[in-house]
Amino acid sequence: MPEQRTVTLNMGPQHPSTHGVLRVVVELDGERVVKVTPVVGYLHTGIEKTMESKLYYQALVCTDRMDYLAPMSNNLGYCLAVEKLMDIEVPEKVQWARVCLAELTRIKSHLVWLGTHSIDLGAMSMLLYTFRDRESIIDVYEACGGQRMMTSYIRIGGLAHELPVDFDKKVRRVVKQVNEGLADYENLLTNNEIFINRTRNVAVISAEDAIAWSLSGPMLRGSGVKHDLRKANPYSGYENFDFEIAYGKNGDAYDRYLLRLKEIRQSLRIINQALDGMPEGPYRARVPGVVLPPKEDVLYKMESMIFHFKIITEGFKAPVGSVYQAIESPKGEFGFLITGDGSNRPRRVRVRPPSFINLASLPRLVEGGMFSDVVCAIGSIDIVLGEVDR
Amino acid sequence: MLEIVLISSLKVMVIMAAVLTGCAYATYMERKVVARLQHRVGPTYAGPYGLLQPIADAVKLIFKEDIVPNRVERITWGLAPLVSFVPALLTFIVVPFGADIELFGRQIKMVGSDLNIGILFILAVTSLGVYGIVLAGWSSGSKYSLMGGIRSSAQMISYEVGYGLSIIGVILVANTLSLRELVEQQASVGDWFIWRQPLGFILYLTCAIAETNRLPFDMPEAESELVGGYHTEYSSMRFAMFFMGEYANMLAVSAVGATLFFGGWQGPYLPPVVWFILKVFLFMFFYIWLRATFPRFRYDQLMAFGWKVLFPLALLNTMVTAALVML
Repeated sequence: MPEQRTVTLNMGPQHPSTHGVLRVVVELDGERVVKVTPVVGYLHTGIEKTMESKLYYQALVCTDRMDYLAPMSNNLGYCLAVEKLMDIEVPEKVQWARVCLAELTRIKSHLVWLGTHSIDLGAMSMLLYTFRDRESIIDVYEACGGQRMMTSYIRIGGLAHELPVDFDKKVRRVVKQVNEGLADYENLLTNNEIFINRTRNVAVISAEDAIAWSLSGPMLRGSGVKHDLRKANPYSGYENFDFEIAYGKNGDAYDRYLLRLKEIRQSLRIINQALDGMPEGPYRARVPGVVLPPKEDVLYKMESMIFHFKIITEGFKAPVGSVYQAIESPKGEFGFLITGDGSNRPRRVRVRPPSFINLASLPRLVEGGMFSDVVCAIGSIDIVLGEVDR
Repeated sequence: MLEIVLISSLKVMVIMAAVLTGCAYATYMERKVVARLQHRVGPTYAGPYGLLQPIADAVKLIFKEDIVPNRVERITWGLAPLVSFVPALLTFIVVPFGADIELFGRQIKMVGSDLNIGILFILAVTSLGVYGIVLAGWSSGSKYSLMGGIRSSAQMISYEVGYGLSIIGVILVANTLSLRELVEQQASVGDWFIWRQPLGFILYLTCAIAETNRLPFDMPEAESELVGGYHTEYSSMRFAMFFMGEYANMLAVSAVGATLFFGGWQGPYLPPVVWFILKVFLFMFFYIWLRATFPRFRYDQLMAFGWKVLFPLALLNTMVTAALVML
């Protein structure tokens, strides 16, 4: 029997820094990592399958529960996919509002990432600071859809309700607060010698490898690849906005940190533009039999009432065919493949989960590094187990 | 004879009680200060301003079930918390906390035991504390604990050297090993040894943080990697002992630091004991502040920092001081 020189350490599924129920089997030689095997599936809830048994509009609520840190992005991805399948044009105001909300969601997701990543590295105050600012974004959610996490606010063909009256004021307050918060974060981390030591040249992935592993989002851009679906394949009117793609150079954890901060700044820029130029108009497309009619029509018009009743009880029938619609979620390319079979339920729903695919690169990121780097790498990938396992 | 025994045991009892209360309220202070630094309020429910929180914590921990995992080495595992706690307490025996007072016509020294080799005693005793952590890590039968234990032994050995060397500067300047004489030499603010040993002070401060396993040097615990490290498998009062040990250690290095560099109990207007406590808690505040601010070092960086930065600096400091004293 060969002499065993390594220790196998089981990290998770219950572990403070695996961001949920990720299990990582780490083979250690002293403090050095020999082999890393991520084991997923502890949070598998069969969301894709569940969606196939729901009416199109009912399946929407499942999407919130995937990447629960960025619910609006998921809503948006699903709605865009179904709208593509059904060939629905949404009013301009809806597009602008959706962009605004999606960018708020990006900030919110990045703030959670920043807080948890920092606490993984031992800087515990950051978590409280970022959660303080995140709270204000959640307040906007609450004002919009009534829910703080599982919003389901973006609906097929529009929004669930009209935007709240003080939406503009509320969001501007968020912008101001996040701007101030960013200064704090930069002060605490960007030039912090210990933080730089912990993240520079840690969890490095080259541009070629990042493409080969089909990484997306900050993981890809951190390595210097300028690919952002908002620019490369604009959806929901992103072509109307003036913003830059943030990208890194070395593909290490520190670059990804800087990149995400830049992304937050760009998102603030987009939000400001969206608020300034928010057009007037209806908050829902008028597509009889597919999108719910306005409430006042339902109360006073016979046809509207019938459509309302029919949509609620039996949904709408989608044509036969497959569509794929991807959006740039905070974590990367978040895509929906939806196959319609002529009935009122999707034949197949398949999600392209960015953090699941990004997570697959974990062994490549940390093998040969130190044990502490595993924690740093997991944090740097920015995974949400709800989305990894679905 | 009886008299000496009586006075000594009284003093020991008072010191122990004070240190234990200090430990308890150090946790309170930590929670309050960190909370304030993080936009929180900290404990508020138990008593006014949450002042009874440490007592509530202690009561809770005492009533917790004492879980002994199957795979532990019973004897060492049980001893480890004590081994890490007791040395921290012993330090206070030699730290003077006030001027001599006269009571019932008798001269009483405000120090547990006025050893003429006080500093050596402190160095010897604080080094023992690491055994508690190593034993706990080894005997827990858990890989996380073992890694915590190994890390901490390596860290302690590395930083012990710098810790000792940083103190030698002061000893050279003061030409004594007795803490009481050290304090007496720093009668006014201008005489504080921090002015004569600025580098020594910074080194002492840094090494002391590593000695007490506090952020940014809290490798052995590193809850985000090792889930608590050496104390992962402990519960109830055994767990509390480790924490009391940690806080007692913090208080100890703070007290020694105040004595060595800030004139100990010396100070105008206020009674000496108050000055002493103030200075100690100033150090504590600094530690807590650091904890709220910094991320954690990585293990290899920590070792590199200890041996490649702190150790040469401490040596340099010692040599320069020695040369100056010779002149």
